[in-house]
Amino acid sequence: MKRILSFQDLHNLYEDVKEQTDMRLHKLNQAPDFIQLPEHEKDETKVRHVMVCADTGCIASGALSIADVLEETVNRYGLQDKVKVVKTGCFGLCSEGPIVIVHPERIMYTQLKPEHIEEIVKEHLKDGHYVEHLLLGAREGDPVLLFDQVDFFRKQTRVATRNCGIIDPASLEEYISQKGYLALAKVLSEMKPQDVIETIKQSGLRGRGGAGFPAGLKWGFTAQEKDPVKYVCCNADEGDPGAFMDLSLLEGDPHSILEAMAIAGYAIGANLGFIYIRAEYPSAISRLLTSIEEAKKAGLLGENIMGSDFSFDIELRLGAGAFVCGEETALIASVEGNRGEPRNKPPFPAAKGIYGKPTVINNVETFANICPIILNGPEWYKTIGTERSPGTKVFALAGKINNVGLIEVPMGTTLREIIYEIGGGIVDDKQLKAVQTGGPSGGCIPIQHLDTPIDYESLQAIGTMMGSGGMIVLDETTCMVNIAKFYLEFTVEESCGKCTPCRFGNSYLLDIMNKITRGQGEREDLDRLYHLGETIKEASLCGLGQSSPNPVLSTLRYFRDEYLAHVDDKFCPAGECVSLMRYEIVAERCIGCTICAKNCPVQCISGELKEPHVIDQEACIKCGICFEKCPTKAIIKI
Amino acid sequence: MVINDQSTKFAELDRFIDELEISDKSSALIPVLHHAQTLFGYLPQEVQSHIAERLDVSVAKVYGVVSFYTFFTMEPRGRYNVSVCLGTACFVAGAEAVLNEFEKQLGVKSGETTEDFKFSVIPVRCVGACSLAPVVMINDKVYPRVKVSDVTEILAEYKDA
Repeated sequence: MKRILSFQDLHNLYEDVKEQTDMRLHKLNQAPDFIQLPEHEKDETKVRHVMVCADTGCIASGALSIADVLEETVNRYGLQDKVKVVKTGCFGLCSEGPIVIVHPERIMYTQLKPEHIEEIVKEHLKDGHYVEHLLLGAREGDPVLLFDQVDFFRKQTRVATRNCGIIDPASLEEYISQKGYLALAKVLSEMKPQDVIETIKQSGLRGRGGAGFPAGLKWGFTAQEKDPVKYVCCNADEGDPGAFMDLSLLEGDPHSILEAMAIAGYAIGANLGFIYIRAEYPSAISRLLTSIEEAKKAGLLGENIMGSDFSFDIELRLGAGAFVCGEETALIASVEGNRGEPRNKPPFPAAKGIYGKPTVINNVETFANICPIILNGPEWYKTIGTERSPGTKVFALAGKINNVGLIEVPMGTTLREIIYEIGGGIVDDKQLKAVQTGGPSGGCIPIQHLDTPIDYESLQAIGTMMGSGGMIVLDETTCMVNIAKFYLEFTVEESCGKCTPCRFGNSYLLDIMNKITRGQGEREDLDRLYHLGETIKEASLCGLGQSSPNPVLSTLRYFRDEYLAHVDDKFCPAGECVSLMRYEIVAERCIGCTICAKNCPVQCISGELKEPHVIDQEACIKCGICFEKCPTKAIIKI
Repeated sequence: MVINDQSTKFAELDRFIDELEISDKSSALIPVLHHAQTLFGYLPQEVQSHIAERLDVSVAKVYGVVSFYTFFTMEPRGRYNVSVCLGTACFVAGAEAVLNEFEKQLGVKSGETTEDFKFSVIPVRCVGACSLAPVVMINDKVYPRVKVSDVTEILAEYKDA
């Protein structure tokens, strides 16, 4: 791409390319008109865009080979001038992957295997008939013609993820076609740094990393500092297990983060930014490195951006597997090459951050909201979401839910809407038990709070928190004591060890939880959990320690009866705690096929062929293989 | 990058350190350790001492950093890293039982390596593929929706490798 030497250059380029990707935008409010297909066929000049999701989740389920086979087949049919294959970011519907969307028809093909591609190319791309049995929903007998008409897409509002699934993230030109870098140009050409900060303040944007601190205030504090050297830092240390929205944003729309960081740099007076990213995200790292290089070559980052006197560069810093580094002061220590141990605040990073210099640290998703706010204005932003929490929130929806994936909804959306309308309900129509938000720092929301509108305050009021946006759906088969123990094990492992309440307190909490799940708990343990948990919250140094007892405390609050069952009756209602359950064979249902006995790793199942079998409870290690293998479901968990 | 000769590896590490653009060398410690682990496969004592000397920091500081971050290992790993995701989505979907099964079949505990240095069993935090839970990765190959009963079959793929 030609180097952009002035704001005019960028606007000219935008005018040239702006229609390139418009065809791919979701047309949520347009009536379904499938007539488009033959008409499109007649128009010889039109090119179809075939979008392949190439995000981590889809790649893991084979998207890259789909893209390769697609290119190869398109060429073989001589359609290379009529079809453009685009590798794009996350569509969000990860459980249906690998996914291909054909534009302009808005047809989505799901769960594809390489052998399906020939049919799509021949039937659809060549002859213009869609392939019904590969459509979204076809396998459930309910094929969907226009993918953006299903609730999963219709109920979402995409601001941060606006370009994911729309553009090729490896193409700077496609980013510019969706108004990329126009916000930076606007800021540099029309706004004073103070105006930028005011705009962000007015928008009410709050930090999407979890705590919800107003981003504009943070920027304002850093701008006030007199130090001539300041830094911008993007926190991409997405440590919350079960959350992958930062990953998807960085992979699916890297330039929007770079652009927003440059805007922050201009606003606070910084010329260097750092992205602190997990080493566990190799694809996002290489995507970012290429994008930074490309933006620099194009004159959109680096010295004298677009011919202005503002210069801004971005460097990557890799994490090395420490959850606590998501905490600001621990992150700073890690960027500086030290053990990632947090320190007391104040001084806040706005005054003393990286290398002791004033630093703005924002989460990836916070940055992803900046450019639309600059372009559309703070008033527009405030029309989305609730009064105290404007805008949208991206959630990684996972667990026992049908539509596992990435969603973006206005703040104030209820859990019920998310789970039953967007998420498509619970797997196998089981009973929903709770929703866990906020990861190891958050808590479990029971079903009586399903209609709570989600924003920072309301989640806090019911004992959990927004967190970075992991949302794990739990059904009746999940033991709430065990899930709290799971999070606690995580925190114990990730505690940096600097302060005693977190280091020792959480280990003691875990000891008590282990005792309870082994069936050795007593009533008094529940009080101990509560008091110790509250003490850890009160006395710990950093956010990790202060929130680490939340999973235990919230389950204790809402699922006390499950704790009581473990303690009083030595019984795990969900049948998950291994010490408290056993497998038994129901003699009436057993056909004596011997499959269980053959598969048992410790040979503890005996019985004659065609006679009911018996499990030797003394020898059984409760691995569950027999339970899984039994063809007549004669083996039950008690 | 596959370099087998030790001295060539040290030379490559020195080249990397010399080319660093970061003015304050001690803050380059983590990137240097990442690079060293890619080269050597792990971070034995002599590599840590070498880095300490080249960056002009104490060996204690290098060891402190290496032992703090789980990504760094001081033990050599096997040729095949069996990474079992224990992120929440995978946990809820039964990853723990899958991990136990790998441990049992390979006769090692999590974090350990088999005696023939063929397999290491490593529990990992979220790999960002929650839709495929529970996920197991063996080196770069992803195994989606793994059940306990799949483990034998998965390991059989590597029998002759």
